[in-house]
Amino acid sequence: MRYLTTIGLEVHVQLKTRSKMFCGCAVEYGAAPNTRTCPVCLGLPGALPTMNAEALRLTTLTGLMLGCDIAPTCKFDRKNYFYPDMPKNYQISQYDLPLCVNGAVPLHDLAYPKDAQKSIAHPGKQVGLVRIHLEEDVAKSFHFENSTGIDFDRAGTPLMEIVTRPEIESPEEAFAFLTALRQILVYGDVSDADMEKGQLRCDCNISVRPETQTEFGAKIEIKNMNSVSGVRRALAYEIERQVGELTAGRPLRQETRRWDDAADQTTLMRTKESAHDYRYFPDPDLMPVHTAPLLDAARTRLPELPAAKRARFVQDYAISDYDAAVLADDRALADYFETAAKAAPKPKSVANWVLNDLLSALASAGKSIGECPFPAASLVEMIGLIDSGKISGKQGKEVFAEMFATGKTAGAVVKERGMEQLSDTSALEALCDQVIAANPKPVADYRGGNAASLNFLKGQVMKLSKGQANPALTGEILQRKLA
Amino acid sequence: MSAAPDLDVRYIAQLARLDLSEAEIATFQTQLGHVLEHVAALRRVDVSAVEPTAHASAVFNVFRDDEPRASFPPEVALSNAPRKANELFVVTKVVE
Amino acid sequence: MLSTLASLTVTALQAKLRAREVSPREALDALAARIDAVDGRLRGYLSTDLEYARRAAESADVTLPLGGVPIAVKDVVSVAGQPCGCASKILAGYRAPFDATAIARLRAAGAIPFGRTNMDEFAMGSSTENSAFQLTRNPWDLSRVPGGSSGGSAAVVAADTAFAALGTDTGGSIRQPAALCGCVGLKPSYGRVSRYGLVAFASSLDQIGPLTKTVADAALLLGVMAGRDPLDSTSLDAPVPDYAAAVRDFSIKGARIGLPKEYFVSGIDPQVEAAVRAAVAHYAKLGAEIVEVSLPHTEYAVAVYYIIATAEASANLARFDGVRYGHRAADTNGLLEHYGRTRAEGFGPEVKRRIILGTYVLSSGYYDAYYLRAQKVRTLMRQDFEKAFAQCDALICPTSPVPAFKLGERTADPLAMYLADIFTIAANLAGICGVSLPGGFAKAADDGDRELPIGVQLLGPAFAEEKLLGIAHAFEQTTDWHQRRPALG
Repeated sequence: MRYLTTIGLEVHVQLKTRSKMFCGCAVEYGAAPNTRTCPVCLGLPGALPTMNAEALRLTTLTGLMLGCDIAPTCKFDRKNYFYPDMPKNYQISQYDLPLCVNGAVPLHDLAYPKDAQKSIAHPGKQVGLVRIHLEEDVAKSFHFENSTGIDFDRAGTPLMEIVTRPEIESPEEAFAFLTALRQILVYGDVSDADMEKGQLRCDCNISVRPETQTEFGAKIEIKNMNSVSGVRRALAYEIERQVGELTAGRPLRQETRRWDDAADQTTLMRTKESAHDYRYFPDPDLMPVHTAPLLDAARTRLPELPAAKRARFVQDYAISDYDAAVLADDRALADYFETAAKAAPKPKSVANWVLNDLLSALASAGKSIGECPFPAASLVEMIGLIDSGKISGKQGKEVFAEMFATGKTAGAVVKERGMEQLSDTSALEALCDQVIAANPKPVADYRGGNAASLNFLKGQVMKLSKGQANPALTGEILQRKLA
Repeated sequence: MSAAPDLDVRYIAQLARLDLSEAEIATFQTQLGHVLEHVAALRRVDVSAVEPTAHASAVFNVFRDDEPRASFPPEVALSNAPRKANELFVVTKVVE
Repeated sequence: MLSTLASLTVTALQAKLRAREVSPREALDALAARIDAVDGRLRGYLSTDLEYARRAAESADVTLPLGGVPIAVKDVVSVAGQPCGCASKILAGYRAPFDATAIARLRAAGAIPFGRTNMDEFAMGSSTENSAFQLTRNPWDLSRVPGGSSGGSAAVVAADTAFAALGTDTGGSIRQPAALCGCVGLKPSYGRVSRYGLVAFASSLDQIGPLTKTVADAALLLGVMAGRDPLDSTSLDAPVPDYAAAVRDFSIKGARIGLPKEYFVSGIDPQVEAAVRAAVAHYAKLGAEIVEVSLPHTEYAVAVYYIIATAEASANLARFDGVRYGHRAADTNGLLEHYGRTRAEGFGPEVKRRIILGTYVLSSGYYDAYYLRAQKVRTLMRQDFEKAFAQCDALICPTSPVPAFKLGERTADPLAMYLADIFTIAANLAGICGVSLPGGFAKAADDGDRELPIGVQLLGPAFAEEKLLGIAHAFEQTTDWHQRRPALG
């Protein structure tokens, strides 16, 4: 019996604003507890919310990037439920008029896990979205032996909820979805979307059913994943577990499970509770929103998206699809490449240096492209020195390593190390004359038809010049003189 | 029998996180039954072509600039806390 | 000297302070003495902070619009450093760490918020009997209620234990107690005064407003408090005129006053109706034009109000959970018990009743039938007023269908209590402004000698306070009802 898997995701993304959604408290990761609060985000009696325009703009921008329909009018509602991390015991959210509906996230090959990139089931797949709405984050709880402590610093951080259609069919697609989504969010500078910092959180709804069955299986929700790979492993675990249960004849019920990353398994949190009754109603403290001015502002900030960038790189810089995909994977890397490529006569060699030398140097140093010790212009300078014959390709590697270690410019390294090649023809001619005069036998051999003897003579010139003679030029001069 | 057989005070009190005594439940059931009887008059009004009013004035796009402002010092934030420790508000253990 | 000082209006006191005839400290001491003498019987104050008030009085700048004037504040408006308990046990021990915007503006104008006045718990009630702490008595008859929910504020102004007080009005809570105590109570248009720092009962209906001895005082206080506040998204960005000057310069000649026919049907005390009819005749004599208008959806006002107000309240009052402030039930086991018992112990019966009703009308399956429908009928009511105000500048009607009633007389029947709000709640639903002013006296049926104040209510279009107060002022200046004082000794 084959089983079909259906997965839908609810992704929460903290927006990159300076202040909270409904008050002026600073949004800061890792501040001392309860140092970023005010009457509003503590839910004090009499406090009132005011909307952060930037959060609305960033959500609108996200909607544009993901091809959503932006509602002409939206509003905020109160979602009523009691929990100690929710200061007002209602969350200000959007119920029936969310800011964005529809849209999709395209899954490109490199978004899949490395080990799965060779076996992508649906190349070019797009995962459709139901909606994107804006709400406020809750406080952080710390569970102690006999009590729970609450820090309200996070409470009120702008939070965007992105809900997918149940169109994801495997853990690998879920991985690719989150990777591709994250990439787009970073491209738009909407969020840093770091799962480990809780800036991007994901709940998964998953069900399996025999392929002969048309209705969906029992919906099981998994929470508490804190990395994209954790999401993949949790889903893989669940599929195996659920198929195992069904195969053993044990029916599944709707429930919520927690992913335990260390133990690599899910455990039961709660079975289907009495249906929530959130008693949504429009928040009378906040006026409704006409989105036209938000759209105008967001359009001016719409970045080139990863897919467009990949295509343009192939077109403009004559590099391979694969190279373009790797470069466009990270907006900062793409920007670095492009700055260099625009200034270099041969963009292809820039791509080679970035993809081979720079990426591996960054990887072994544990650095991101933002922390690269030298600017793109230095890389261009270095490649130019090679292309113009001032240094050899081999010397180039040495110069690159020194640049990476010290941040010095290529020119400075070359000068310091005295690497400048000897390309002065008259000086080289003198050296060649000296070598011809001192080596009658090889000269005779060469003239007698032994081409290899030229290499020996070239070597002698190099030696005499302490390695600085331009090898190509030296060869030409020798050939001319011995002809 | 009250005019609002649908009103289940016991269930609603749970939603509202309000422990009511049996006597309170019975009293509220009767009193709110009368209120709902009165409210039922609204059914007579033709509202088929009427937009709801959520706000007293029709104003849109009241925004705040994304400028951080001073927060409470932690001792003020926690000044009214019934129980606190380590700069945190403390409540009974929450079991997720 | 002292007692006459305490009986001054804000305008008169300010003139004396500015002329240096009286110092702010002397004014405060006179008021404190009057409170000492009277409040033991009246119980209008929950607490006072005279120590702070004396310090503030010593350094008061009398050149400011309210420089050195002590103001009483309903226990629902936040004053930094003072309790803000909403007359509820659930806020036991809570001190506001911030000023309401209205308070900040009063302070900036030199006023001294010194005392917390009693009220119905969370402003839910019409008699102040729902206070968790004490019964406030009507200064005209200590066996009667002062009205509510701003009963404390109305009582202290009427009894000269305050020069002026702040109240809040969600369905008549400023105007009705002002009527029952014989003072002036102004409910500004929704959005005129910031709600920031006002503990919300029903967010789309609440407004802060003054209770004063005269219309001129109400204009003065409104001018100080009004205007857009960036902390309240529902406060409107409309210019703030000089209300005090506008009131002085107003001419009643040719003003059109509308009589809503639906407001003179049944259930009104005949003495109240007679007083209102006399006021109408008085206006006609002053040169106003009287027109009959219709507010056809009046009969639904109470139903609409009790759905919308309780629904909003059920969410607004959810934050009182003993986690961050206020009362917390002892020795609870688990979250559900923590919430359930904290709230059961902290809230009084009327608040519980309204939370249940509000939760119910929002609950799954009932939202459309109750809340959404009420919002739609609210639209029709607003349209009623728009049409009426096309024909007149203000409407005139009773504030309360009856004068002050006996303590305990109406507590058993919540619906009857709700129905008595019939003349005041429509203004909140429509967002318009309204004022109650002294318009006569009734003889108590059960106590022949006893005279009880009657309030006449004027309603004006949204943001037309200038004209509304002008019309009220014209009546006040040509009658002497507002000059009578209760015989409290």
